[in-house]
Amino acid sequence: MIKLAKAKEPFKFCTRLHLSELTGLRATTLSQLLDLIKEVPGSCIYHHTHRFLQQHQYLSPEPPNDFSYWVMEVLGEDELGEKLVSIDTMQYSAIRGLREKISLTIEDYLRDSPFAKLKFARPGEEFHFIKSISFILPTNYIVYDLKEFIEVLKKITLDSIYFHIFEARLRLEKPTNDFSYWIENSLGDKELAGEISGFDPYTRTLEDLRNTIIQIVARRIAG
Amino acid sequence: MAKIEEYIPLVGQAVIDDLKLLGERLKGKVVQHINSTPVGGGVAEILNRMVPLLRELGVDTKWDVIKGGEQFFEVTKKFHNALHGRAEEITQRDFEIFMETSQQNIENIDTYGDIVFVHDPQPIALIKKKATNKWLWRCHVDVSDPNEKVWRFLMDFIAQYDSAVFSAPAFSRKLPIRQFLIPPSIDPLSDKNRELPEETINLVLRKYNIKKDKPILIQISRFDRLKDPLGVIDAYLQVKKYIDCQLVLAGGTAEDDPEGFKVLSEVQEKAKNDQDIHILLLPQNDIEVNALQRAADIIVQKSLKEGFGLTVAEALWKAKPVVASNVGGIPLQIKHKYSGLLCYSIEGASFAIKQLLSSPEYAKKLGENGKEHIKNNFLITRHLRDYMLLFLSLYYPEDIVHLC
Repeated sequence: MIKLAKAKEPFKFCTRLHLSELTGLRATTLSQLLDLIKEVPGSCIYHHTHRFLQQHQYLSPEPPNDFSYWVMEVLGEDELGEKLVSIDTMQYSAIRGLREKISLTIEDYLRDSPFAKLKFARPGEEFHFIKSISFILPTNYIVYDLKEFIEVLKKITLDSIYFHIFEARLRLEKPTNDFSYWIENSLGDKELAGEISGFDPYTRTLEDLRNTIIQIVARRIAG
Repeated sequence: MAKIEEYIPLVGQAVIDDLKLLGERLKGKVVQHINSTPVGGGVAEILNRMVPLLRELGVDTKWDVIKGGEQFFEVTKKFHNALHGRAEEITQRDFEIFMETSQQNIENIDTYGDIVFVHDPQPIALIKKKATNKWLWRCHVDVSDPNEKVWRFLMDFIAQYDSAVFSAPAFSRKLPIRQFLIPPSIDPLSDKNRELPEETINLVLRKYNIKKDKPILIQISRFDRLKDPLGVIDAYLQVKKYIDCQLVLAGGTAEDDPEGFKVLSEVQEKAKNDQDIHILLLPQNDIEVNALQRAADIIVQKSLKEGFGLTVAEALWKAKPVVASNVGGIPLQIKHKYSGLLCYSIEGASFAIKQLLSSPEYAKKLGENGKEHIKNNFLITRHLRDYMLLFLSLYYPEDIVHLC
């Protein structure tokens, strides 16, 4: 086992709790969906590209994207659904880039498949736009080394892991996830930081994500 | 009644820690719930659980009830039906009766809360007393297709609140105020949902003469046309042609609902020649409902219309495979083929039931996924969290709120 470094600055675990705000905006066709995607607040785009991760965190693989789910399941546009679900969210460091990519994907599809414009959702199956309101709170968990980090990681809520991995990077527009940032800058372990930021968290359930990070860090401690 | 600490084994220490963190942020605020009845009905049931738990979490929570006579409640029942989209004759006199009683309540009820939380249309006019405090209106009704006359009447009040709350996205419409999505919840420690010993389940089955010699399909619902019990029997008959099974239709007594007895007698008539159909007119007995749900192989909820359909959450919490209609709040609880099967017709329901009876492993997986989904999204602990966030949202208008 390697000697554990003490961090220059401790890692303070936060949690993010979210409330869903309704907008009253709904789409029944692909064209309406596209128009609304362009104009709704960024908090709506964030909600519909990340909600699945939290609400269906036990399912894998599952599209972390409400737009894709709706165009496939309700409009029956499987090809477009596949294009939307395979958008690599990790490539985007801010919501506006992700919004542009989603809009462009739908626009291209509508141009190439004009019949897609004619499809309507059945009553009751419209797409409802919802905003994600985030409340960020500090928890009582503060750690100074990797051993303490693992211990807290084992028991912290999935909301906290979600916040530090997904929300901090994309919504608060930080350069990487919070764990990697702390490990690199406060513990000076660039390699471990890179290992954690190097995998795609969108293809895992949150519980998988927790276990994967624990395993990576435990291997590092064991040397 | 269960204490907040008793939920730790079910949801984990960290979830309860989060609730306590939120409770601290609301210290000093008085939250005053107002509804129209202290007992009976879903709103009173949930407030009876929520109020003590919120107090335990440090939120100074009060609960007051408006007064209303027979005429007033007849009118509000009409409003309720009209909001559900049923054709109702609403007269000018109805609106006058509503306003006369509302005026008496406005004069008699002290709206002392820092946050006044009004539930459903009956007390909605109290908003006229709004001072510098914050006001919330909670709509528990399916208003996806409301009678416009009643909705417009209510809108004059709704627009004066700070925020509104709905149970499903389909119930929302464009409003001049903020509106939030907060689905209802089940209490995993209540008699209806807590774990039961095998002996209790067997005792209930023996009491109702149900043998475990063939698969049991169950629908637990009032005998109401909107719950489509006759359609459930048709679906069962289609299944039975291929797979031997039995059906239990169990529902509460309905002395105040003459139509309920009519539906019950039609159901009894349709089932009279089939020994494998058990029609149970249950008294209000949560443990028996719990036992029957736990004894079932498949739970059905073939409603034609549904406010939220918490019986689905109760079934999934028991890790049961569920076949349910794609209406109201049910699709929020079931993702088709992941946590249950959704259907649109009798034929669809019977096909789904056959599929599950023939593939027990698949059925088991759906039930397990369903339980996890309910654990993450529809337990009272999530409801408490949402309510406390809702209270905080009244003081923070932004989309990302830093409480550091």
